[in-house]
Amino acid sequence: MHESELDLVFKALAHAERRRILFSLYDKPKQSLFEVCAESFGRDGKTLSRQTISQHLDALERAGLLEVTWQGRTKMHSITEKPLRRAMKILSNNLS
Amino acid sequence: MRIYVTSVFVDDQAKAHDFYTEKLGFIVKNDVPVGENRWLTVVSPEQTEGTELLLEPSDHPAVPTYKSAIVADGIPAASFQVDDIDAEHERLSGNGVEFTMSPTDAGPVRVAVFDDTCGNLIQLLQMTGE
Repeated sequence: MHESELDLVFKALAHAERRRILFSLYDKPKQSLFEVCAESFGRDGKTLSRQTISQHLDALERAGLLEVTWQGRTKMHSITEKPLRRAMKILSNNLS
Repeated sequence: MRIYVTSVFVDDQAKAHDFYTEKLGFIVKNDVPVGENRWLTVVSPEQTEGTELLLEPSDHPAVPTYKSAIVADGIPAASFQVDDIDAEHERLSGNGVEFTMSPTDAGPVRVAVFDDTCGNLIQLLQMTGE
Protein backbone atom coordinates (compact mmCIF):
# COMPACT_ATOMS: atom_id res chain seq x y z
CA MET A 1 0.00 0.00 0.00
CA HIS A 2 1.48 3.35 -1.08
CA GLU A 3 1.73 6.28 1.29
CA SER A 4 -0.75 8.18 -0.89
CA GLU A 5 -3.32 5.38 -0.61
CA LEU A 6 -2.77 5.30 3.15
CA ASP A 7 -3.34 9.08 3.21
CA LEU A 8 -6.67 8.68 1.42
CA VAL A 9 -7.80 6.02 3.88
CA PHE A 10 -6.91 8.08 6.94
CA LYS A 11 -8.33 11.26 5.41
CA ALA A 12 -11.56 9.40 4.72
CA LEU A 13 -11.67 8.22 8.34
CA ALA A 14 -10.86 11.65 9.74
CA HIS A 15 -14.48 12.77 9.80
CA ALA A 16 -17.19 11.69 12.23
CA GLU A 17 -19.98 11.58 9.64
CA ARG A 18 -17.89 9.48 7.23
CA ARG A 19 -17.16 7.02 10.02
CA ARG A 20 -20.89 6.88 10.81
CA ILE A 21 -21.63 6.20 7.13
CA LEU A 22 -19.04 3.41 7.09
CA PHE A 23 -20.51 1.78 10.20
CA SER A 24 -24.01 2.11 8.74
CA LEU A 25 -22.87 0.40 5.51
CA TYR A 26 -21.17 -2.29 7.58
CA ASP A 27 -24.47 -3.00 9.40
CA LYS A 28 -26.54 -2.74 6.23
CA PRO A 29 -24.70 -3.13 2.89
CA LYS A 30 -26.02 -1.98 -0.50
CA GLN A 31 -27.48 1.39 0.33
CA SER A 32 -28.31 4.07 -2.24
CA LEU A 33 -27.42 7.71 -1.59
CA PHE A 34 -31.07 8.27 -0.66
CA GLU A 35 -30.93 5.43 1.87
CA VAL A 36 -27.68 6.68 3.41
CA CYS A 37 -29.42 10.05 3.89
CA ALA A 38 -32.52 8.41 5.40
CA GLU A 39 -30.37 6.22 7.69
CA SER A 40 -28.38 9.24 8.78
CA PHE A 41 -31.54 11.20 9.56
CA GLY A 42 -33.09 8.22 11.34
CA ARG A 43 -30.00 7.75 13.49
CA ASP A 44 -29.77 11.18 15.08
CA GLY A 45 -32.40 13.38 13.42
CA LYS A 46 -29.67 15.54 11.92
CA THR A 47 -30.41 16.81 8.46
CA LEU A 48 -27.22 16.74 6.47
CA SER A 49 -27.82 17.80 2.90
CA ARG A 50 -27.87 15.18 0.19
CA GLN A 51 -24.96 17.01 -1.43
CA THR A 52 -22.85 16.80 1.74
CA ILE A 53 -23.50 13.07 2.08
CA SER A 54 -22.75 12.60 -1.62
CA GLN A 55 -19.36 14.28 -1.07
CA HIS A 56 -18.66 12.03 1.93
CA LEU A 57 -19.47 8.97 -0.19
CA ASP A 58 -17.12 10.27 -2.92
CA ALA A 59 -14.31 10.62 -0.37
CA LEU A 60 -14.91 7.08 0.90
CA GLU A 61 -15.02 5.76 -2.67
CA ARG A 62 -11.77 7.54 -3.62
CA ALA A 63 -10.09 5.91 -0.62
CA GLY A 64 -11.18 2.51 -1.95
CA LEU A 65 -13.40 1.89 1.06
CA LEU A 66 -16.60 1.38 -0.92
CA GLU A 67 -17.75 -1.32 -3.25
CA VAL A 68 -20.24 0.02 -5.78
CA THR A 69 -22.86 -2.23 -7.35
CA TRP A 70 -25.96 -1.42 -9.37
CA GLN A 71 -29.45 -2.61 -8.53
CA GLY A 72 -31.32 -1.91 -11.73
CA ARG A 73 -30.31 1.70 -12.44
CA THR A 74 -29.63 2.59 -8.81
CA LYS A 75 -26.07 2.90 -7.47
CA MET A 76 -25.60 0.92 -4.27
CA HIS A 77 -22.77 1.39 -1.77
CA SER A 78 -21.21 -1.27 0.45
CA ILE A 79 -18.10 -1.19 2.62
CA THR A 80 -15.01 -3.03 1.47
CA GLU A 81 -12.79 -3.82 4.42
CA LYS A 82 -9.53 -4.68 2.64
CA PRO A 83 -7.93 -1.20 2.55
CA LEU A 84 -8.90 -0.68 6.20
CA ARG A 85 -7.32 -3.95 7.24
CA ARG A 86 -4.18 -3.20 5.21
CA ALA A 87 -3.90 0.23 6.80
CA MET A 88 -4.27 -1.29 10.26
CA LYS A 89 -1.63 -3.89 9.42
CA ILE A 90 0.83 -1.21 8.34
CA LEU A 91 0.24 0.64 11.60
CA SER A 92 0.66 -2.44 13.76
CA ASN A 93 3.80 -3.57 11.84
CA ASN A 94 5.42 -0.23 12.55
CA LEU A 95 4.41 -0.26 16.18
CA SER A 96 5.59 -3.75 17.05
CA MET B 1 -56.37 26.53 -5.28
CA ARG B 2 -56.07 22.76 -4.93
CA ILE B 3 -53.59 20.13 -6.06
CA TYR B 4 -55.77 17.83 -8.15
CA VAL B 5 -53.08 16.00 -10.11
CA THR B 6 -49.38 15.26 -9.79
CA SER B 7 -47.31 13.23 -12.19
CA VAL B 8 -44.54 10.73 -12.79
CA PHE B 9 -42.83 10.34 -16.16
CA VAL B 10 -43.26 6.75 -17.29
CA ASP B 11 -41.28 4.94 -20.00
CA ASP B 12 -44.38 3.22 -21.36
CA GLN B 13 -47.97 4.21 -20.55
CA ALA B 14 -49.46 0.75 -21.19
CA LYS B 15 -46.89 -0.89 -18.92
CA ALA B 16 -47.41 1.83 -16.31
CA HIS B 17 -51.18 1.29 -16.46
CA ASP B 18 -50.69 -2.39 -15.64
CA PHE B 19 -48.16 -1.79 -12.88
CA TYR B 20 -50.07 0.99 -11.11
CA THR B 21 -53.42 -0.83 -11.29
CA GLU B 22 -52.54 -4.53 -11.03
CA LYS B 23 -49.47 -4.41 -8.78
CA LEU B 24 -50.25 -1.34 -6.66
CA GLY B 25 -54.05 -1.57 -6.78
CA PHE B 26 -54.85 1.97 -7.95
CA ILE B 27 -57.95 2.68 -10.08
CA VAL B 28 -57.96 4.43 -13.48
CA LYS B 29 -59.67 7.81 -13.13
CA ASN B 30 -59.12 9.28 -16.59
CA ASP B 31 -57.90 7.64 -19.76
CA VAL B 32 -58.26 10.02 -22.70
CA PRO B 33 -56.37 9.79 -26.00
CA VAL B 34 -54.14 12.83 -26.62
CA GLY B 35 -52.40 12.52 -29.98
CA GLU B 36 -50.12 9.48 -29.81
CA ASN B 37 -50.36 9.38 -26.02
CA ARG B 38 -53.03 9.28 -23.34
CA TRP B 39 -54.10 11.52 -20.46
CA LEU B 40 -53.91 8.61 -18.06
CA THR B 41 -54.52 9.18 -14.37
CA VAL B 42 -55.04 6.83 -11.43
CA VAL B 43 -56.39 7.32 -7.93
CA SER B 44 -56.25 5.36 -4.71
CA PRO B 45 -59.32 3.16 -4.07
CA GLU B 46 -59.21 4.56 -0.51
CA GLN B 47 -59.63 8.10 -1.86
CA THR B 48 -61.32 8.07 -5.27
CA GLU B 49 -61.94 11.84 -5.14
CA GLY B 50 -58.36 12.48 -3.99
CA THR B 51 -55.34 13.71 -5.90
CA GLU B 52 -54.80 11.94 -9.21
CA LEU B 53 -51.47 10.58 -10.34
CA LEU B 54 -50.80 11.33 -13.99
CA LEU B 55 -48.78 8.64 -15.74
CA GLU B 56 -47.08 11.06 -18.08
CA PRO B 57 -45.16 10.06 -21.24
CA SER B 58 -41.37 10.50 -21.11
CA ASP B 59 -40.91 11.78 -24.65
CA HIS B 60 -39.45 15.21 -23.83
CA PRO B 61 -35.68 14.95 -24.51
CA ALA B 62 -34.77 16.22 -21.01
CA VAL B 63 -36.77 13.53 -19.22
CA PRO B 64 -34.40 10.53 -19.58
CA THR B 65 -31.48 12.59 -18.22
CA TYR B 66 -33.53 13.75 -15.23
CA LYS B 67 -34.91 10.29 -14.53
CA SER B 68 -31.62 8.41 -14.78
CA ALA B 69 -29.84 10.92 -12.53
CA ILE B 70 -32.36 10.73 -9.70
CA VAL B 71 -32.82 6.96 -10.01
CA ALA B 72 -29.02 6.49 -9.81
CA ASP B 73 -29.05 8.26 -6.43
CA GLY B 74 -32.03 6.21 -5.25
CA ILE B 75 -34.32 9.26 -5.06
CA PRO B 76 -38.06 8.63 -5.41
CA ALA B 77 -40.15 10.50 -7.99
CA ALA B 78 -43.33 10.24 -5.89
CA SER B 79 -44.36 9.26 -2.39
CA PHE B 80 -47.46 7.34 -1.28
CA GLN B 81 -48.69 7.13 2.29
CA VAL B 82 -49.66 3.79 3.85
CA ASP B 83 -50.97 2.76 7.27
CA ASP B 84 -48.72 -0.30 7.68
CA ILE B 85 -45.53 -0.10 5.65
CA ASP B 86 -44.23 -3.52 6.66
CA ALA B 87 -47.47 -5.20 5.54
CA GLU B 88 -47.36 -3.27 2.22
CA HIS B 89 -43.70 -4.19 1.73
CA GLU B 90 -44.61 -7.84 2.19
CA ARG B 91 -47.69 -7.63 -0.05
CA LEU B 92 -45.87 -5.83 -2.88
CA SER B 93 -42.78 -8.04 -2.65
CA GLY B 94 -45.16 -11.00 -2.96
CA ASN B 95 -46.52 -9.36 -6.14
CA GLY B 96 -43.00 -9.29 -7.59
CA VAL B 97 -42.31 -5.60 -6.87
CA GLU B 98 -38.59 -4.90 -6.34
CA PHE B 99 -37.52 -2.68 -3.47
CA THR B 100 -34.28 -0.67 -3.55
CA MET B 101 -34.79 0.17 0.12
CA SER B 102 -36.63 -1.98 2.63
CA PRO B 103 -38.67 -0.27 5.39
CA THR B 104 -36.34 2.01 7.35
CA ASP B 105 -37.00 4.38 10.24
CA ALA B 106 -36.21 8.01 9.47
CA GLY B 107 -37.23 10.20 12.38
CA PRO B 108 -41.03 10.52 12.60
CA VAL B 109 -41.60 8.34 9.53
CA ARG B 110 -40.80 4.87 8.27
CA VAL B 111 -39.98 4.76 4.57
CA ALA B 112 -39.27 2.24 1.81
CA VAL B 113 -38.52 2.63 -1.90
CA PHE B 114 -39.52 0.43 -4.83
CA ASP B 115 -38.99 0.35 -8.59
CA ASP B 116 -42.12 1.08 -10.67
CA THR B 117 -40.57 -0.75 -13.70
CA CYS B 118 -41.27 2.38 -15.77
CA GLY B 119 -38.05 4.20 -14.93
CA ASN B 120 -38.99 5.58 -11.50
CA LEU B 121 -38.46 4.88 -7.85
CA ILE B 122 -41.48 5.36 -5.61
CA GLN B 123 -41.42 5.97 -1.88
CA LEU B 124 -43.84 4.42 0.59
CA LEU B 125 -44.22 6.29 3.84
CA GLN B 126 -45.85 5.51 7.14
CA MET B 127 -46.21 8.21 9.79
CA THR B 128 -44.93 6.58 12.96
CA GLY B 129 -44.68 9.79 14.97
CA GLU B 130 -41.76 8.59 17.06
